[in-house]
Amino acid sequence: MVRRAHLARQTLVFSGLLALFAVAFVVSLCVGRFAVPPTRALELIWLGATDPWRELATIDERIVLLVRAPRVVLAALAGAGLALSGAALQGVFRNPLVSPDILGISQGAAFGGALGIMLGIWGFPLISMVFLSGMAAVVLVGLISRINGRSETITVILSGLVVSSMFSAVVSLLQFVADPNTSLPAIVYWLMGSFATATWERTLIAAPGLIIGGAFLWMLRFRLNILSLDEAEAQSLGAKTNRERWMVFGLIAVIVGSQVAVSGIIGWIGIVIPHASRLLVGHDHRALLPASVVLGAGFMVIIDTLARTATAAEIPLGVITALVGAPIFAMLLRNHYRERSGS
Amino acid sequence: MIGLDSATVRFGSRTIIEGLSFSVPVGRTLAILGPNGRGKTTTLKAMLGFQPLDAGRRIAPSIVGYVPQTGTSNQRYRALDVAVMGRAAHLGIFGQPGPEDFAIAHSALERAGAARFADHYFDRLSGGERQLVLLARAIATGSEALVLDEPAAALDLHNQERLLTLLNTLRQPRDKAIVFTTHDPNHALSSADDALLMMPGGQPLFGPVAETITPQHLENLYGVPMRVVELAGPSGETHQAVLPAFAGIRAA
Repeated sequence: MVRRAHLARQTLVFSGLLALFAVAFVVSLCVGRFAVPPTRALELIWLGATDPWRELATIDERIVLLVRAPRVVLAALAGAGLALSGAALQGVFRNPLVSPDILGISQGAAFGGALGIMLGIWGFPLISMVFLSGMAAVVLVGLISRINGRSETITVILSGLVVSSMFSAVVSLLQFVADPNTSLPAIVYWLMGSFATATWERTLIAAPGLIIGGAFLWMLRFRLNILSLDEAEAQSLGAKTNRERWMVFGLIAVIVGSQVAVSGIIGWIGIVIPHASRLLVGHDHRALLPASVVLGAGFMVIIDTLARTATAAEIPLGVITALVGAPIFAMLLRNHYRERSGS
Repeated sequence: MIGLDSATVRFGSRTIIEGLSFSVPVGRTLAILGPNGRGKTTTLKAMLGFQPLDAGRRIAPSIVGYVPQTGTSNQRYRALDVAVMGRAAHLGIFGQPGPEDFAIAHSALERAGAARFADHYFDRLSGGERQLVLLARAIATGSEALVLDEPAAALDLHNQERLLTLLNTLRQPRDKAIVFTTHDPNHALSSADDALLMMPGGQPLFGPVAETITPQHLENLYGVPMRVVELAGPSGETHQAVLPAFAGIRAA
């Protein structure tokens, strides 16, 4: 009986999350300088989905299908990927306060991007450079933290910190020497994170990494439950903890690297969304991962919509995620520990 | 079968166990006794494969049902979801537990006497209840070997009694090799076939309970005078109990 109540509650929560995402998606296609009625937006989605190669004749078709749709899809993918990475990472580290930035991926990727922009590289080469430098940061963290053939959780976190500060120092240096008229504003704006430059092409570049990385993490959902246990317990249940943990880190690097490459550094999603999802569906990764994906996608779409519609000029995403995310996080943190000390 | 074959473990210059050999075949139960710091935990870890050996080898099946003292996870999982984790080794890295695995987990919870809180959150259970769930998880692995780390350490007298009864129920089918560590020789008397005494001077004593749990050996082991007394049970049968005599016995 209790089990049935549990199932009913999960179903309700997931329906709510999916509805939230669907509403956010459609609203985001409608609002902006050029408003489109929701029925027209839905009609356009239908037309675009059934016949993607048709001529876009009218202005509202162009705005919805060429400007807003790729942006909303990219924001949803990025939000889902960041939230999923955060949820998996917090499980593996057994610590709800770590975020994907902790492995040095974001700062490593930022270095690749800043260098690329300074050298005047554009398009796909720039994106590959960002992605590879993010991966290089994770590999570096792996090399530093590997002592006597294995890496302890705390040395991984500290090595991540070391690698992050190293890369962020180099990024500061690049900003210092960058041309203030051309490359400096581009670097600064990109570092703050934005979906303003989203096109279908960019979305297609980021999508494979996000989807493949996400699919593998989804397949690992029960294994993440095992990896979230104490080291000895996990090993006694047959997990090769060290190897499997690095496999998770690698997948997260693929996801976060792909996201940073096309939309810069976006903080807070990877920590706030998994937290909120845990409150809604519990800690079991079989429910937590899908909840984080849907909530992360919806939340990112809402934040991005605010970023481009709240003022006449576009507000950098990083600013809004921090302004919205930090207070939510503070509230969650207080509730979490109040409940714990009360029980 | 689970055990060690001339196993040696050193921490730096300190030798914790040296040339230790013992084995527990399926159908028997071993109690490991000894004061703190004589290598009970190290022996347990060595058997489980968590502690690399400096010499010798471990004898164990590929998966050993391990029952830690307290579940160390701060994650909020339901007891049934904790028990089903015992199936992980059978599912592989990308596997998901199916209805059959949940059925096995449920019957393991029943066997451990934890079925009534299958749907409760693990982190909301008491220490004793958590231990039963962890025992169920160990049973769900399907391993022929069960290793319990100080199962009675955190329990009050009533729950100790329940745990020992449960251990005896688990022993009854004689289909598992069971090992547990304890501070109380009475636990060995009530629920073990063999005992391993971590003697001072690094020469452990291994043998059937009747030969090892004697006042002389226990005095050597703990350095306190010990007495074995005979007690009449409820239906007239006699039980042995071991008592530490503390300071009073010398004055008497």
